[in-house]
Amino acid sequence: MEKEEKKVVLDSGIEVKTVYGPQDFLGFDYKEKLGEPGQYPYTRGIQPNMYRGKLWTMRQYAGFGTARETNARFRYLLEQGQMGLSVAFDLPTQIGYDSDHELARGEVGKVGVAVDSLLDMEELFAGIPLDKVSTSMTINAPAAVLLAMYIAVAKKQGIDPQNLSGTIQNDILKEYVARGTYIFPPEPSMRIITDIFAFCKKEVPKWNTISISGYHIREAGSTAVQELAFTLANGIAYVEAAIKAGLTVDEFAPRLSFFFNAHLNFFEEIAKFRAARRIWAKIMKERFGAQNPKSLLLRFHTQTAGCTLTAQQPKVNLLRVAFQALMAVLGGTQSLHTNSYDEALCLPTDESALLALRTQQVIAYEIGVTDTVDPLGGSYYLESLTDALEEKVWEYLQKIDDMGGAVESVKNGFMRREIEKSSYEYQRAIEKGEKTVIGVNRFVIEEEPPRDLLRVNPEIEKVQREKLQKLRANRDNERVEKTLERIREVAQSKDNLIYPILEAVEAYATLGEICGALREVFGEYHQD
Amino acid sequence: MRKIRVLIAKPGLDGHDRGAKVIAQALRDAGMEVIYTGIRQTPEQIAKAAVEEDVDVVGLSCLSGAHNELFPRVVECLKEMGGGDIPVIGGGIIPHEDRAYLKEKGIKAIFGPGSLTADVVKVIQELVWKEG
Repeated sequence: MEKEEKKVVLDSGIEVKTVYGPQDFLGFDYKEKLGEPGQYPYTRGIQPNMYRGKLWTMRQYAGFGTARETNARFRYLLEQGQMGLSVAFDLPTQIGYDSDHELARGEVGKVGVAVDSLLDMEELFAGIPLDKVSTSMTINAPAAVLLAMYIAVAKKQGIDPQNLSGTIQNDILKEYVARGTYIFPPEPSMRIITDIFAFCKKEVPKWNTISISGYHIREAGSTAVQELAFTLANGIAYVEAAIKAGLTVDEFAPRLSFFFNAHLNFFEEIAKFRAARRIWAKIMKERFGAQNPKSLLLRFHTQTAGCTLTAQQPKVNLLRVAFQALMAVLGGTQSLHTNSYDEALCLPTDESALLALRTQQVIAYEIGVTDTVDPLGGSYYLESLTDALEEKVWEYLQKIDDMGGAVESVKNGFMRREIEKSSYEYQRAIEKGEKTVIGVNRFVIEEEPPRDLLRVNPEIEKVQREKLQKLRANRDNERVEKTLERIREVAQSKDNLIYPILEAVEAYATLGEICGALREVFGEYHQD
Repeated sequence: MRKIRVLIAKPGLDGHDRGAKVIAQALRDAGMEVIYTGIRQTPEQIAKAAVEEDVDVVGLSCLSGAHNELFPRVVECLKEMGGGDIPVIGGGIIPHEDRAYLKEKGIKAIFGPGSLTADVVKVIQELVWKEG
């Protein structure tokens, strides 16, 4: 006789059966549910041949200290076979403060590179030809300013902005919900985003103007279903805002991109990526009437889940990351960041960053999972799970529509409350031992404290401060003042804000000055 | 017996508040009164709130690496504002080698990733009942 078995319920609330089979496939319509890869509804991938044609972009997120130090890490990673850059900015930069601002104390160069002006951006990309790499920048509230700086550096390198490729994260809604680096209230923030859409369509057409991000929603403690639902709801809000601002859907939709988390449950995550493509294609086709097939494609970057890494037995994180990266690849990601094993302790060292990159290379070149497209497609379990996730996501989307859309559900705190509830349940499950975390609640060992961690030089705050003083003394301050005045004027009008921001950047106005001018007009957002 | 009152705060610019909120909820479940300040608080604001709210313990959370700068400043500000007897504990991504320094600066306990909320509850109870 078989032993009595435990009931298995995923964090999403989906109950897993003991075994799946043909009975779960009754009425399964291949064309409607899957379709060929590269065809509607794109469940099996956005390209007909996927990784046989082109591998995902190996894009490791990096940045710390000064522009000069980060430039050295970039060049190191490019030499080691990384394909695209991904810039981490420090918190003052992300919140629009210069390094000498009072609130920047202790934070300069810590979780990313400090960028105060075009001067820093020039150093950051020194010797890196911007028409040969694609660059992703994790920047949201001041995305317009950093994009302008990137364009200005390209122009100085003699490169036409029409030839630039890359991504700005530029997803403000998830900042209010999960990540906290907002500056302005939601309405002007949405206006800056649609201004960027319009500007890039004309001036930087190959640029991905937004990366609608579920990653941080998941890191904040959501379930897989919530990650998808809230991200896609935010996506709907951006599409609506752009249409309201006078753009047609096919003008900007092909340049929307997404960003998801690869968490711990292998099949749930793979199903999540596949469901995401199917749902978004339906939304774009049926709700927004997109005609261009490119408007229907959900292209996404994936990062392995930082929140699943443990400070205990940190090398075990190498295994977690490798499995998570595999989920992303089996889910059909376009670009991938693998976390370094020491990230629950500090920023990655050169050595741990290299191992993280090598993890992707092993998956890409050694284990055969790229040999065919969507190799798990048709698995009874995976397809059942994809359907179950999709159904739960539509329920959430309906709920958010009923309360007036994503902006409204951000303002009334709905998304935040849902995420808090899930994250607390997750922690309780660990503490009650219902969920195993190796090294934390099972298989615990006595450990020596880790050594050789990367430390950011505390002197760099002083270095940045002195650099700013020198900049302010040497530039044409009259010209700077004029460009800032122009920003204030345009902010009060309906004209596109990105043009005056680019002028200010080129006059070496600082990030803090530009965001300060916008703060004067738009005000600041504060969470209750 | 009066309920233990705790202020949970996030000094600096870091917006990752999952840990702070989980701890706040766990302390409430353990029968404590918890005031959460929200993100982006200066050490001055945190100390002022702690004194005004007459809390028994202050819990700080920081993941950005600014803890060596910000945690000791909270302790200093508390002293200046007459709250020098309020014990301060901290959590977040805090390398082991910083812990001795933080303890020397008056931080009573440090909790890294993977800490159990039950341990935080226990440490707070010990701090309050021992001092009180």
